[in-house]
Amino acid sequence: MNITLDNKDDSTLLRFHEERLDAHNSKELKDYLLTLYDNGAKKLILDLSEVRFVDSSGLGALLSGHKNAGLRDGRFALACVQSRVQSMFELTRLTQVFEIYPGVEDALAYGAGGTPHDSKQD
Amino acid sequence: MTRNRINLEIEIPTQTRYLGLIGNIGEQLAWDLSDYAGDRDILAYNLNLVLTEALTNVIKHAGCENQALRVCISIEGNSLSIQVHDQGLGFDMEDVTCPDPEDLCERGRGIFIIRHLMDSVDYHKTDKGNVLEMKKKL
Repeated sequence: MNITLDNKDDSTLLRFHEERLDAHNSKELKDYLLTLYDNGAKKLILDLSEVRFVDSSGLGALLSGHKNAGLRDGRFALACVQSRVQSMFELTRLTQVFEIYPGVEDALAYGAGGTPHDSKQD
Repeated sequence: MTRNRINLEIEIPTQTRYLGLIGNIGEQLAWDLSDYAGDRDILAYNLNLVLTEALTNVIKHAGCENQALRVCISIEGNSLSIQVHDQGLGFDMEDVTCPDPEDLCERGRGIFIIRHLMDSVDYHKTDKGNVLEMKKKL
């Protein structure tokens, strides 16, 4: 799994440098997110701009990130979701579960106190 | 216009590292069909997705570690058939399906997705193991 990490204000920005998020790498992503939370990260933003394919296992890893943020009173947001990947959230009726933003800056702006409906993809 | 007639048979090890390979073959098929009037971008993603979900379910649940999986993709005219053959103990599709996809369960959406995208889905025993069989009119 190729992922890079960058601290932006009080958020941790993750860039996932893979074309696919599927059963082959989803467990690794899930464990990676959990380790970040366990090490004190509160606000995670996952940049999915390079991801053109997500399957149900990938969705499972993202749900794990979302649920673990909730358990820690934290935040888990997705940014730069490609249209076909977005259709996966719609197919599985998870669009209302995740915070999804058109760009990283939109996700950061909301995290800093902006209004979600200004930029959030519904 | 040329009528589609494609039959592919691929054998792969029971490992998730081959999901991308098989998924990409499905995508390429969508682009190469000679007489498909629908949105090829959507068809390509969906073939990739159905193949990925089918293989993942068999790899994770059929108990066929260290054995080969045989994937058969057949297109005759506008009829698509995908079969994934395993030689494991098999599984019950209902046992590996999240009862309500709107729940936040992290597993069990694969069969739901296949059922949504294909016209029929069936997993049954054969004389050599099991087969997950999916069909759709394109």
